[in-house]
Amino acid sequence: MTVTNHTEKTDHVNVVIDGIEMEVPKGTLVIRAAEQIGIEIPRFCDHPLLTPVAACRACLIEIDGVPKPQPACAQVLSEGMNVRTQRSSEMARIAQEGVMEFLLVNHPLDCPVCDKGGECPLQNQAMTVGRAESRFEGEKRTFPKPINVNAQVLLDRERCVSCARCTRFAEEIAGDASLELLERGAQQQVGTANDEPFESYFSGNVVQICPVGALTSASYRFRSRPFDLVSVPTTCEHCASGCSLRTDYRRGTVTRRLAWDDPEVNEEWSCDKGRFAFAYLANGRIDSPLIRENGELRSASWPEAMHFAAAGLAAAGTSAVLVGGRATIEDAYAYSKFARVVLGTDNLDFRARASSTEEAEFLAAHIAGTTLDVTYADVETASQVLLVGFEPEDESPILFLRLRKGVKKGVTVHTVGPLYSLGSEKLSAHWIKANAGSEAQAIKGLDSEVISALDSNSIIFVGERAASSPGALSAVSQLGAKTGARIAWVPRRAGERGALEAGALAGLLPGGRPISDPTARTEIAQAWNIDADSLPAVGVTGNELISAIAQGSINALITAGVDPSDLPNGSELTAGIENADFVVALENHHSEITQRASVVFPVAVVTEKSGSFMNWEGRNKPFSAAFREALTLTDAGVLSMLASAMDVQLNGDTRALRKEMNSLQPWSGSRTELKPHADSVPVGTTLATWRLLIDSSVMQEGEPHLAATARPSLVAVSSAMFEQLGKPEVITVTGPKGSITLPAQVAEVSSESVWLPMNSPESHIYAQLGCGYGEVVTVKGGAA
Amino acid sequence: MLELPAAVRGFGVTFGTIFKKVVTEQYPEDASKYPPKPRFHGRHQLNRWADGLEKCIGCELCAWACPADAIFVQGADNSAEERFSPGERYGRVYQINYTRCIFCGLCIEACPTRALTMTNEFELADNNRADLIYEKQDLLGPMLPGMLAPPHEMVPGTTDSDYYANKITGSVPEQSGPQQNNSQEGAPEQGGAE
Ligand code: SF4
Ligand code: SF4
Ligand code: SF4
Ligand code: SF4
Ligand code: FES
Repeated sequence: MTVTNHTEKTDHVNVVIDGIEMEVPKGTLVIRAAEQIGIEIPRFCDHPLLTPVAACRACLIEIDGVPKPQPACAQVLSEGMNVRTQRSSEMARIAQEGVMEFLLVNHPLDCPVCDKGGECPLQNQAMTVGRAESRFEGEKRTFPKPINVNAQVLLDRERCVSCARCTRFAEEIAGDASLELLERGAQQQVGTANDEPFESYFSGNVVQICPVGALTSASYRFRSRPFDLVSVPTTCEHCASGCSLRTDYRRGTVTRRLAWDDPEVNEEWSCDKGRFAFAYLANGRIDSPLIRENGELRSASWPEAMHFAAAGLAAAGTSAVLVGGRATIEDAYAYSKFARVVLGTDNLDFRARASSTEEAEFLAAHIAGTTLDVTYADVETASQVLLVGFEPEDESPILFLRLRKGVKKGVTVHTVGPLYSLGSEKLSAHWIKANAGSEAQAIKGLDSEVISALDSNSIIFVGERAASSPGALSAVSQLGAKTGARIAWVPRRAGERGALEAGALAGLLPGGRPISDPTARTEIAQAWNIDADSLPAVGVTGNELISAIAQGSINALITAGVDPSDLPNGSELTAGIENADFVVALENHHSEITQRASVVFPVAVVTEKSGSFMNWEGRNKPFSAAFREALTLTDAGVLSMLASAMDVQLNGDTRALRKEMNSLQPWSGSRTELKPHADSVPVGTTLATWRLLIDSSVMQEGEPHLAATARPSLVAVSSAMFEQLGKPEVITVTGPKGSITLPAQVAEVSSESVWLPMNSPESHIYAQLGCGYGEVVTVKGGAA
Repeated sequence: MLELPAAVRGFGVTFGTIFKKVVTEQYPEDASKYPPKPRFHGRHQLNRWADGLEKCIGCELCAWACPADAIFVQGADNSAEERFSPGERYGRVYQINYTRCIFCGLCIEACPTRALTMTNEFELADNNRADLIYEKQDLLGPMLPGMLAPPHEMVPGTTDSDYYANKITGSVPEQSGPQQNNSQEGAPEQGGAE
């Protein structure tokens, strides 16, 4: 048999493995080549995404002409090499058996109480290549039972086979190199320097890649065995990175989530939020429709609630639809269509966060309808990367990992912002200082060196915070036009990119079609089977929309997954909802809005429905329901019922909606322009803030171990400001509403800004300070 | 020889049997006269250590071994406040579904701690399915003299290894107070341990 790969001949070598002739690309490792022809060589330390170390010696094989067995995971194939594995070489078989015996000498007989039991490479390989009987009669090495590497990850040291997968992951992939192999000989163990916790947003990955049960997670410990879990692939709903995950459940309860393999997106990694934050899926759900009667919510049957909602919406005047950033693309599309066709309004927004008109224009001009323009793969080969209003480690962790990979290959990262964060440090980023709110000036005043380095192979990443910095997006747009650098927008929430594509934003129909464009109107009217004239005129978005609700000029509302506390003007929205004539909320958990809504419909969470999330690249990541027997309706399903109660037929089936969206041709007509917006220079100290990856968000509730790995809430100031404040222990930051006092930290902060986390314990910016990013605050040393 | 008519010949068997010893066992009237054989596979029992702690560690190996998928186990952590078994892990939920069980005993062979054994009890019939799912409290063995109902600490000064080595002979008074010390350190001492 001959196995051939069809690439350039000169880059290949001819080898023989167990008598099978192969032609493989130069540089291929023996273990990889053997996999291709279905020969499994035992291994522990080998991992395709980590550098080979040959630490465990489980993979020993024989090479003709080499007197001693060699590790297959580190041995590169060369021309004419004749490799013999355990299948054809007695030397390799005995060597592997010997290594296995040594590994088991100090391995406890712990399988019954070990989480890895049943899916353990050591168990499996001890059965396939080990000796049937143990010859060891001495005392085994023991350590006191598990120690915490951090609040979530536990380490049973006696189970460790010193493969260094975890330490290599920490150093090479995450860049949080505090996990190390300590001591020597039988005492060799994994640990952290000075017993400090392993601080990493990616710590769950070491649990997944540990080939034995040495690393386990507190949240899954002793929960179940692999054989009684049902595994379903899914897409993470937490952020716009779009990771492929695997959900394991047992008897209708999710027991754990793992990173799944998607080489184009998350490779084999995930962040701890995506992995561990899933308790919200089951806890505190709304389980039946609710209607308000005499000021109180009471549960109602579906037909009663539908009828009530339909009558209420029909009676009310001008309406609007607020789609939070968590909807699947199919659901967002259903909202977009429902608003235009049933309610006859274009007052629509998916940005349940600080936003601006400039951002809406920017999205229409640059992002909507341009899917897969910039991809993860491009990040690795880009020449320069410029980050604007974007903190990848907190806001798109998998993009952060890809950026690190790129940096190792020579990509230069520049970050424009008020804080040179830990993440910037790990990217060896070049810091372009900008006080919070003054990003536009910083971009316009970029060094000529940086500008000349930017070319068509460069990428400018803008995050959601750019919307809070007037003029920043205009400046980015101009910079892109001037240098040819491509612009990518990385929202934080998983549903935002898809909602934009689905047209859940005033002024934009699906596929980035301007609603003011006659051709666009005709195309959509045709697809929706309506008259183009019946499509509404351009509506209002963002802050204007919220003011209109507050002032009562919009008096009927549909909200979906919106939490007013995520908005700088949340109290305005809450007041508006209080006074609105009719509010329909589609929610799975109670919120400020459901407490004031006229009707509440419970909707499905990700485990109960199928759908897709579009990640920041514009890549569609479909997933199917984990619990296929779930009876909950999707948002689109509820909207379809509501539409028929209002005498309009609207499809509510996910697959049909997907098909309808896919049948729309890409938009080739003109786009709305981004009119240059003026920048404003704030006078005084401005507030720099963003949401940390692990914080007080509602979707992370009910996960104490995860919460305990969060970064501490601190106020970060520059050393100059620290001196000026008299080197205080705590700093008080005061806004229009009140103050926050937190421990002081000296960091690389731009001179006129102060940084604190946006939504972490004891630091809830909007609720406590009453202002947002880039706004002027007062800073004082000591308590208030 | 004169052949008897077939009808009469047939009665020969009947009359012959009338005078033989009866083999029918009267159940349930005389059940106590005919106990099952000692190795009969009857209802399961979850055993305890001599001090009352449970032997089951919630490892699910019994559930894994079961060819009829009759067992459901969910493990949990023993905590400083509540200890049910020696060591780290105990079986929080334990159910055997007797509408499924075929009494093969493979679960017994799989159990690493001898927590699960079978009794001779066979009178399990019932008129509904729900009651045939036996919960942990239905399966746990009786409290024998010297045992103390968990949760409680291990015998002070012992470790889980001492339990597995069968060194525990009964509970000691210190175990009856509120649970405070969950430490597994220290050598076995006199008292509850041999
Ligand atoms: S803890 Fe696991 S991954 Fe880390 S060195 Fe030990 S065996 Fe390998
Ligand atoms: S990086 Fe984002 S998509 Fe990936 S696991 Fe984390 S939260 Fe989920
Ligand atoms: S006796 Fe057999 S069928 Fe019954 S629970 Fe045990 S393994 Fe399952
Ligand atoms: S009864 Fe035995 S096999 Fe079953 S869970 Fe308990 S200890 Fe494990
Ligand atoms: S897998 Fe080759 S030495 Fe570990």
